[in-house]
Amino acid sequence: MNDIVVKTEDVVKEYRMGSNILRALDGINIEIERGEYISLMGPSGSGKSTLFNMIGALDRPTEGQVYIDGQNMSQLSQRQIAAFRCHRVGYIFQSYNLLHVRSAHGNVTLPMIFAGISERERNERAEKLLDMVGLGDRMYHLPDELSGGQRQRVAIARALANDPSIVLADEPTANLDTITGREIIDLIKRLNTEQGVTVISATHDLKMLDVSDRIVDIRDGLVERIRNRDEIEIEVGEVGGEGE
Amino acid sequence: MQQRTPIEEQIDLPFVESLRISFQSLKIRFGRSIITTAGITLGIAFLVSVWTNNEIGVALQESGRQSTINTFEETTEQGISTKDIWLIVMSLIVCVVGIANSMLMAVTERFREIGTMKCLGALDGFVVRLFLLESGFQGFSGALIGALIGTLGAVLLGLKDYGLDLFFYFPLLPAQPENGPMQLGVIVVILLGCILGMILAVIGSSFPAWRAAKLPPAEAMRTEV
Repeated sequence: MNDIVVKTEDVVKEYRMGSNILRALDGINIEIERGEYISLMGPSGSGKSTLFNMIGALDRPTEGQVYIDGQNMSQLSQRQIAAFRCHRVGYIFQSYNLLHVRSAHGNVTLPMIFAGISERERNERAEKLLDMVGLGDRMYHLPDELSGGQRQRVAIARALANDPSIVLADEPTANLDTITGREIIDLIKRLNTEQGVTVISATHDLKMLDVSDRIVDIRDGLVERIRNRDEIEIEVGEVGGEGE
Repeated sequence: MQQRTPIEEQIDLPFVESLRISFQSLKIRFGRSIITTAGITLGIAFLVSVWTNNEIGVALQESGRQSTINTFEETTEQGISTKDIWLIVMSLIVCVVGIANSMLMAVTERFREIGTMKCLGALDGFVVRLFLLESGFQGFSGALIGALIGTLGAVLLGLKDYGLDLFFYFPLLPAQPENGPMQLGVIVVILLGCILGMILAVIGSSFPAWRAAKLPPAEAMRTEV
């Protein structure tokens, strides 16, 4: 039996822009299995970031339901949603969203403070995580003193702070150069294969294609198609042939 | 890795942890904190100087010195001129608007931070408590400095107007003259200035922080200033 970790049912999200209503999501139905690496792809404005926000409980759908681990997110209390964000999910954003007043170490320990972990344990864990992402020697630097790639590494370490089962990455490579972007993708992929973390990534970076198990193409707020790994490999070849 | 266990409830953080985070934030943002605090200091300094100046004027007038009375051409039967009331009310308004504005700006530029903290598992109440602590401390220290500066200004002005007589009749403590209005005294004015500054700073900061904390994180993080 497949172990479904995320399921959306006819998810609709509308934004009010003055007197107009913008339908960002127009009835999304997807199922994501535990341990999968899923990429939500689509041009900007397609609704992929909106869907990302719905799955991560960062925003509420106008209609429809989101189930995580079989639980209907709309039925959770505020405290449960906070605990969900704290323990179950790790977020990685395009613009890193590090707290610029806290060092790399301080950013990684913050979710652990919210989880009520003791100071000694969170220091140990933060050091281990920052070592793992290759920032062992820059632990006490402020985000402003780090490069884009290093900031994203801090964000990845922070996302893993409370040992989440899902990592959500919204355009994690969009602000990075090709080589740094590749390194970040490899790092996220490693988490996926070595630690079994489910990775859901909104992206339009083609480099993400060949590490994904499945790609969900989003267009105009709808799922256009879902491609499997074998289909993807062929297309990566084509893309390469076109001199990407 | 967590399996299909029911989602637990988020815990409350111990108060000392909130205190530590808010002070850390004030310390690292020192330059910005000083500017916000300076806004509070100026507002309260203005209010307290006008108010103290008025207290001094009334006290010296009550003391019955002819020279003092001469300086108050518009003095009414009660001892406070309409001009003085007008000045106090105006300085109060300037103080309220100035502090509210500087706190609002300081919180609005941190909406993204609020959204991020919520992504990491912060409860709405924790975010509000953080801003309450930060602004309460800024409000109190800013207002205390402002009140002292304001009093000093009023004393210097009083020295110019009344000379050293000022110190003989200095209205330090509250007084109730037999046939005059109640006088608050400078100490009470300073205290009221501090309380007002702190309350305004806390309201000016906690209200927008509470509104931002209520927003879904995605929306709070979208806010660009």
